[in-house]
Amino acid sequence: MEAVSVITGVAAPLKRSNVDTDQIIPAVFLKRVTKTGFEDALFHGWRQDPEFVLNQPAFAGAKVLVAGPDFGTGSSREHAVWALRDFGFAAVLSSRFGDIFRGNSGKQGLLAAQLAESDIEKIWAAVDEQPGREITVDLLSKTVSVGSLTVPFSIDDYTRWRLLEGLDDIGLTLRSEAEITDFESRRQGWRPKTLPVK
Amino acid sequence: MTESRGLTLAEKVWNDHLVVKGEDGAPDLLYIDLHLVHEVTSPQAFDGLRLAGRPVRRPDLTIATEDHNTPTLAINRPIADLTSRTQIDTLRNNAREFGVRLHSLGDVEQGIVHVVGPQLGLTMPGITVVCGDSHTSTHGAFGAMAFGIGTSEVEHVLATQTLPLKPFKTMAITVEGTLRPGVTAKDIILAVIAKIGTGGGQGYVLEYRGSAIRNLSMEGRMTICNMSIEAGARAGMVAPDQTTFDYLKGRPHAPAGEDWVEAVEYWKTLQTDETAVFDAEVFLDADTLEPFVTWGTNPGQGVSLSENVPDPSTIIDPNERSNAERALEYMALTANTPMKQIAVDAVFMGSCTNSRIEDLRAFASVIKGQKKADNVRVMVVPGSARVRIEAEAEGIDKIVEDFGAEWRFAGCSMCLGMNPDQLAPGERCASTSNRNFEGRQGKGGRTHLVSPLVAAATAIRGTLSSPWDLEQSPELVTSAAKAV
Repeated sequence: MEAVSVITGVAAPLKRSNVDTDQIIPAVFLKRVTKTGFEDALFHGWRQDPEFVLNQPAFAGAKVLVAGPDFGTGSSREHAVWALRDFGFAAVLSSRFGDIFRGNSGKQGLLAAQLAESDIEKIWAAVDEQPGREITVDLLSKTVSVGSLTVPFSIDDYTRWRLLEGLDDIGLTLRSEAEITDFESRRQGWRPKTLPVK
Repeated sequence: MTESRGLTLAEKVWNDHLVVKGEDGAPDLLYIDLHLVHEVTSPQAFDGLRLAGRPVRRPDLTIATEDHNTPTLAINRPIADLTSRTQIDTLRNNAREFGVRLHSLGDVEQGIVHVVGPQLGLTMPGITVVCGDSHTSTHGAFGAMAFGIGTSEVEHVLATQTLPLKPFKTMAITVEGTLRPGVTAKDIILAVIAKIGTGGGQGYVLEYRGSAIRNLSMEGRMTICNMSIEAGARAGMVAPDQTTFDYLKGRPHAPAGEDWVEAVEYWKTLQTDETAVFDAEVFLDADTLEPFVTWGTNPGQGVSLSENVPDPSTIIDPNERSNAERALEYMALTANTPMKQIAVDAVFMGSCTNSRIEDLRAFASVIKGQKKADNVRVMVVPGSARVRIEAEAEGIDKIVEDFGAEWRFAGCSMCLGMNPDQLAPGERCASTSNRNFEGRQGKGGRTHLVSPLVAAATAIRGTLSSPWDLEQSPELVTSAAKAV
């Protein structure tokens, strides 16, 4: 995973709440067996509408999605994160995220930054004033800046550290190989086993 | 906080799986007892292993089934959709290469992953279960800690049989009282989600408690835990009891002999201590609960079936209001219309929420000897090949076909329409599934979430209906009635 620290780019306002992962990427696109190339699938239903924010020239090449509350609820599909990333987003801002979506983002280097709802609205107002303006999401200082406005965001310390360092989870876990093996040696006989087939 | 504070069920199961206790803000490393795999969220995970040259650490704790893409008609023919076929073939190749047990289409153990695990006796109290599917919360009905994960985490579990996780907060959902005939587990969970909202459970494990939960069968409890994710929670749990043990005993992979005795002794300790403290508590009265139905495009947008479509102008929160307005527009509904006046084009009876044998029995008990409404398409999809066989042995297939409905093969089917089972644009469906999101059951399709009993009554009348609305009230078979 590539390290993440300061992201600067066009902010796209998505003024909707409860954006579930079925809206981010409909199920028909989950049949692919690759991990990239999902940019065409992002918000596929909504992108049929020429007025949709990501179809507006001012927001072309957007890097930061500024969304309403409860972004990424529903299905566990990591494809939602891949689609956002493939489209070019490096950060998503919301006042509340679906838990699994937030976890998936952290694994893929997409910064899911949690802000106060009132601060999201201030950012929307700033972007409305000047559509297409750039915004900076700074993981070092945990702040979002647009024009003269600077507001804080929260992210758990561990995810922040992993993003800043660009660390791979499996590699980190395998440092505890001895503890895993020890745990397995104490596992009770009644616990489930799928093999041999019964 | 005092030293005498006891532990919740969730905390007990968590603590029993700690491989490494996280320090200085690092997550805990948690051991995973059972990893369920399906074709949609696993290809990229196996690819990751291959690239890194890693094996599956514990094939003997891993099991795969084909469910999301599989057709429910003509299952002996090659899958027509080439991308679906590729995904299925990819799973078959990966299972072979990495030594993972797989139940393919046509196999007697094939079916929806969350129906197959409990049916085989692999799901049991006090274990950790994960799957690249958010409805893994289903397995919490046994007192297991079960939650959905993303594909990166699927790869992580395949490689290490562990997951780094921060502890969840705990929420008690207490449902006291007695459900009236015709009111089921599905109505309880739809009412809970309407009460706490789709974000209300974020960061929590929900523990369902109270007399109404205790009186539910295992399959009713599974329906409830299944939809925990629709309230935003990662997991839902019910403490194991005699109902749990009776359901498990004798299943193929359930413990036997001395292991059974040891297991039950341990499982009996898996109750929330009286001195334990939940981070949040919610109460629901079962006595007054009515059949429930959703009107909008998220599972929290629901009302009692006897109510009207809500009027967004009465909603104070501006976000909720605009969300409701958008939902009504998508659903082509007018505020204040009685829910029971809404006509449907289709009824879907199936999904990991409601496709087990008791669900099919409940549905059949309403439609028996009746004919479906002329203009309604009705599809009945058992959750697994075994459920289908069991239902056929009871004559349920015959009841379904005499009713004018389609009797299909097992799979996820129209819950998410990855296979050909989809709604056409604009079609309206009463569905026993779990998500009424825009386009979930097919592009432009409109979904009302309901119980099997409401689905059956709706299929007869052609408009959203409860069994109470039928001219002759049927003798209902419900999951609540069974446990007594």
